[in-house]
Amino acid sequence: MHAIMRWVRNMRIELDINGEVRELDVEPRTTLLDCLRDNLALTGAHAGCEHGVCGACTVLFDGVAVRSCLMFAVQAQGSAVRTIEGVTPGPGEMSVIQDAFCETHGMQCGYCTPAMVLVAHALLANNPEPTREEIVEAISGNICRCTGYAQIVEAIALAAERMRGANAPAELRK
Amino acid sequence: MSAEHHFRYVATDRRVREDRRFVAGKGKFIADIALPSTKHVALVTCPHANARIVSVDKSRALKMPGVHYVLDGHELAAATLPLMTGLDTPNVPRRPLAVDVARYSGEWVVAVVADTRAQAEDAAEEVDIEYEALPFVLDAEEALEPGSPLVHQAHGSNVLLDKTFVWGEVDKDFAASPRKLSLRVKWGRSSTVPIETFGVVASWDPWRDMLDVYASIQMPRYADQIGIALQIPVTSVRVHYDVDVGGSYGVKRGIKHTVLAGYLARRLGFPVRLIEDRLENMRGGDAHGPERLFDVDVAYDDAGIVRSMKMRALENVGAYAGRSPFQLGKPVGAIVGPYKINSVQYRAIAVVTNKTTQEAVRGFGQAPTNLAIERIMDEVANVLGLDTIEIRRRNMIKHDEFPYLIPSGTTYDSGNYEAVFAKVLAGGAYEDLKAERDALRANGILAGIGVSACLEPSGGNATFEALLNPAITTSTFMDSCRISVDGMGFITATMHTTSSGQGHETLVGTVIGEQLQVDPEAIRVTRPDSLNSLPSGTPVGSRMAIMLGGAAFHAANKLKAKLLAIGAHDLGIPLARAVYEQGNVHDRDTPSHKRTWADLVQIAFRNYHRMPPDMEPGLSVSHVYQVPNGSTLPTAGGRVQMYPCFSFEFHLMLLSIDPMLGRPEILRYRLGHDCGTQINPKIVRGMTMGGIAHGIGAALYEEFAYNDEGQLIAQTFMDYLLPSSHEVPAVDIFDHETPSPYTVLGQKGSGESGYLGAPAAIANAINDALRPLGISTNRLPIKVSRLGDMIAAAQAKKGN
Repeated sequence: MHAIMRWVRNMRIELDINGEVRELDVEPRTTLLDCLRDNLALTGAHAGCEHGVCGACTVLFDGVAVRSCLMFAVQAQGSAVRTIEGVTPGPGEMSVIQDAFCETHGMQCGYCTPAMVLVAHALLANNPEPTREEIVEAISGNICRCTGYAQIVEAIALAAERMRGANAPAELRK
Repeated sequence: MSAEHHFRYVATDRRVREDRRFVAGKGKFIADIALPSTKHVALVTCPHANARIVSVDKSRALKMPGVHYVLDGHELAAATLPLMTGLDTPNVPRRPLAVDVARYSGEWVVAVVADTRAQAEDAAEEVDIEYEALPFVLDAEEALEPGSPLVHQAHGSNVLLDKTFVWGEVDKDFAASPRKLSLRVKWGRSSTVPIETFGVVASWDPWRDMLDVYASIQMPRYADQIGIALQIPVTSVRVHYDVDVGGSYGVKRGIKHTVLAGYLARRLGFPVRLIEDRLENMRGGDAHGPERLFDVDVAYDDAGIVRSMKMRALENVGAYAGRSPFQLGKPVGAIVGPYKINSVQYRAIAVVTNKTTQEAVRGFGQAPTNLAIERIMDEVANVLGLDTIEIRRRNMIKHDEFPYLIPSGTTYDSGNYEAVFAKVLAGGAYEDLKAERDALRANGILAGIGVSACLEPSGGNATFEALLNPAITTSTFMDSCRISVDGMGFITATMHTTSSGQGHETLVGTVIGEQLQVDPEAIRVTRPDSLNSLPSGTPVGSRMAIMLGGAAFHAANKLKAKLLAIGAHDLGIPLARAVYEQGNVHDRDTPSHKRTWADLVQIAFRNYHRMPPDMEPGLSVSHVYQVPNGSTLPTAGGRVQMYPCFSFEFHLMLLSIDPMLGRPEILRYRLGHDCGTQINPKIVRGMTMGGIAHGIGAALYEEFAYNDEGQLIAQTFMDYLLPSSHEVPAVDIFDHETPSPYTVLGQKGSGESGYLGAPAAIANAINDALRPLGISTNRLPIKVSRLGDMIAAAQAKKGN
């Protein structure tokens, strides 16, 4: 493959990254993960295994949590990609989900954390009242080596509760 | 919690300050360090279990696009010294790149430097290396046999260490005991396998003679080891400690990566980055954990009182010494677990084989040792028909017997094991579990109850070094903290190492806030680089709550003493009458007569004429803290105070096994945990749950398995199985708090909690479940496939 790679030209792609359309020249073999990190300086997505098991590279691809290490950047042509930088409301400002992770200490080293937060966003967007089992299932494709998951599950349950409360009419809030 | 607290911030439910940056993806991990003009390294590895390197042809690789350099082991060895090891084994040198002989499959042979990692990997495929395969040995017992292939010819044998200790009258106790039992227990080769691999960026500035090093490191004396190997003054090595480490749990000790990258950076004149991919991490990254075979004999009486123990531990350390032989030494400090065993014989043997080199793993050898002790306790109970909890109650040290001196010379600081037992078993929990187990069994499901009662030695000193290598005389193991109040009255504190998720910035802020009675959130905590740092033993040995917490505590008290002296002097009252309260100093007899924090800062920074005579201006203090209760060398008889503090954990679980598939499932899990004062309960709980998850992996799923050709066959996360959220059950944790008398706030360590007892409890539960079939297993991991085969064979034999 390498003998060919020397002669393959970069390809131009257009991506909707966190709501902003970006044009990029990338080598065809560049993964979406490397493209995000190296071409776009979006370093919240992390390389863990680069073979699609650990989930540390998770991003939202047209709203669905996917592994950015398992696809090429050129395959994302024309799609909307949302990263942890895109779900963070503003500099120094946290989303309800991010704040819930802080409240329960749903992390330790922080390496798998952006992916966990994105998975939680994807889950809660479709299921505002997940059971413990549904939360466990949702994060089961993301390996955390630090926490044993308990405080992550609690973070997502807490975020769901708070988001439901925030959307409820004032008289129904606790 | 059992203790009444008078704390403001310590032991309260507070957030962890590090978390904010992590939830936003703004941690600064090694892969986020982007120095201009950085080049990338890929490695060429040996495909054989043992091979002579006949020739290396770099010519095709050097012609590949983007390639700058191809480095072999001879050039590197000529310019650097071998890596530091703990044992005196000069004929077992360890180097980043193999020289003449590569001793395990995956060992690094050549490094390629290119503009991008992809180009470096392309070129690595073009390096032509001719090998001559050599005989190899994989098994530790075979490595001991006369005639075994020698991993290091010049060393003359495969034995790195073989030491026997006898503490007490072992022969006499065995002769006097009516009953004896022997058990062979095997701890399989696994590791902590963080989700972030190890990485390092090195950059050399020839005009300042400075090697800047950024790394995802967790290792004592890192800068020293770099300087020694590269033969440059340590003042020319600047390690940046403000790099977030994406998990470590002991293993992030990439000294060989760093020496390689550091050499290349100096040789080539641009920054060099080496970040392992997952295969490099699992194979040539030298980060495997213990692989240990135990032969345990106990002498006991009809009541189940264990009088004496003989333990032989044979460790397969892999191809090079690394630091792993010392992992046989640390468990000496808790060699009898929580039990009153009167005498112990311990033989520790470390052999080299043609497998990946080991590094330190969570617990530093304690989890395997705990497994061996807890398995044999269960077997003694089984022989006598005693309840598994009852035998532990009969043997364990009682609350009123602390501090308790064990035969190997270590004094346990404190404990209340019976109280922890009582909390876990309260409300008929044990009887309920037994009823549930029996109901499952009645429905044809294999089910078992597992318990383990284990200690977590914490506060890490390094006396295992002197114990196993008398040439080492290290009795000092420090941590430090500096506090500076600035001219505006703001507080900045420092710590002097990297962290990998333990929340050390929160620890420092909380302890100083507690002592100064100021909001911890208002205290800035920074990490100066290694040239601006005070000594740190780094986060090993479950020590930072004790050691960094201790340093911060004493530094804060020094600052408080200075503020009191300034205040008393300016108030014109005797020091004894001055009272410090929330940053202000007042007269005990007239509380309204006071100096505020702002007044005291004004005096210290701008009014020297109001300072006590001969006092330094400003408000800067520091404290270097030595490990409490553990500063002596081992005696000639091998008795030693190993670590100062001993946390306790008691695991109780119900586990079922699908009789068709052999799939184990933990149905109920109760844990009693006592680590003294919990400085931050959220952190302690996370550590404990993470330790349990890691222990479940080591017991059931994770193994660096090799095939008969010496190839590592668990090379990806599809073969090396890390527990997911489905494999980690909910755990009911029952905290108890027995303060340590030796630490500043009564705290003990919790960095290894959960991991030290979960594998033993799981092994005991599985054996309880298998007992009706008349089979047992004492080899971890107990994988589904093996368990299923064992059960099928037993059922076939029974004619089911």
